[in-house]
Amino acid sequence: MWENLSGYLNYWLAAVLLLIGLYGMLGRPNLVKKLMAMNILQVAAILFFIALAEKTGATAPIEVKGLHDVSAYVNPLPHALMLTAIVVGVSTTGVALALLIRIHRHFGTLEEPEILERMRL
Amino acid sequence: MKAVTWVVFALAAGVLFYAASDLPRVGDIESPASVHVSPRYIAKSHDETGAPNFVTGVLADYRGYDTLGETTVIFTAGLACLLILGVRLGAGGDDK
Amino acid sequence: MRTPFGSAVLDAACRLLVPFVLIFAVYVIAHGHDSPGGGFQGGTILAAAVILIRLVHGQDAIWGLTRVGALRLACGGVAVFAGIGFLSLLFAGNYLDYGVLPLPLETVKVRVMGTLGIEIGVAMAVTGVLVLIFDALTAWGEED
Repeated sequence: MWENLSGYLNYWLAAVLLLIGLYGMLGRPNLVKKLMAMNILQVAAILFFIALAEKTGATAPIEVKGLHDVSAYVNPLPHALMLTAIVVGVSTTGVALALLIRIHRHFGTLEEPEILERMRL
Repeated sequence: MKAVTWVVFALAAGVLFYAASDLPRVGDIESPASVHVSPRYIAKSHDETGAPNFVTGVLADYRGYDTLGETTVIFTAGLACLLILGVRLGAGGDDK
Repeated sequence: MRTPFGSAVLDAACRLLVPFVLIFAVYVIAHGHDSPGGGFQGGTILAAAVILIRLVHGQDAIWGLTRVGALRLACGGVAVFAGIGFLSLLFAGNYLDYGVLPLPLETVKVRVMGTLGIEIGVAMAVTGVLVLIFDALTAWGEED
């Protein structure tokens, strides 16, 4: 039973993290909490890709002398893609925080219902 | 409004957990992601790019154009931060 | 940063820590071929050193990176990256095909040099952009 399930455990954990992020973005009214939830969602996507790269019994994708077997190293492609995704995530978070600062300067609040209320006035 | 949110959330949860059962198992050596282009990267990266670290070989050499795009993205993000907040550049330090 | 966290203890710790952080950043950038590392990671560590100085000394730190300097570093990084690409175009290769650069080495070593060049460009861009983002986010209320 456990043998059967453990092959999918990483995907389920990534899905749970993604759902936490989705819940935060859909259900919380505070914009900073939405941003934090977006970061959690992004981490879920990164973990999912890293889980796809995994091979049983394989080592890190750095060549060890005398070990030329393809199945001895994990797949380097998702690692390379996620490396850039992390840095891009940091800069999108920076832009989002800058936008939040502007919103706070303009409306004086970061609660979404109050912002919508003030936009109607 | 709240009900719609929860329905969307439950649908997303169902789709995600259902889709997970169709994926290759974690650690599968024959998973589609591991048999398409990555064997070439692992087998030839050191000879073709001179980098024993395959991730560097893929990032900087095979997919250098991709990395150029990523660098442009973060550069644009930095400029966007400056422009959104209207920061005065000369304020910091003793630069003339 | 209007009000830095300056104090004697923080100042001493910062002076002790920053040189080692810088050396480690250079190691991570330059050794990215053989070990985990590369431009993105090394640039982030460099930016961490600069931001540490900003936190302890504030905007008027004597050493560190000015805002204009950070912007120039970011522009220069992207320019180095794109410039190496155009350089290989100039020597009858494809864009970003470093193997054709006229260095007195065998082709694989030339590729290593080209890769190192763009890693340095990426590190410069990442350092500049992270410092700029930190500055932009902490600059509010500076005018009044």
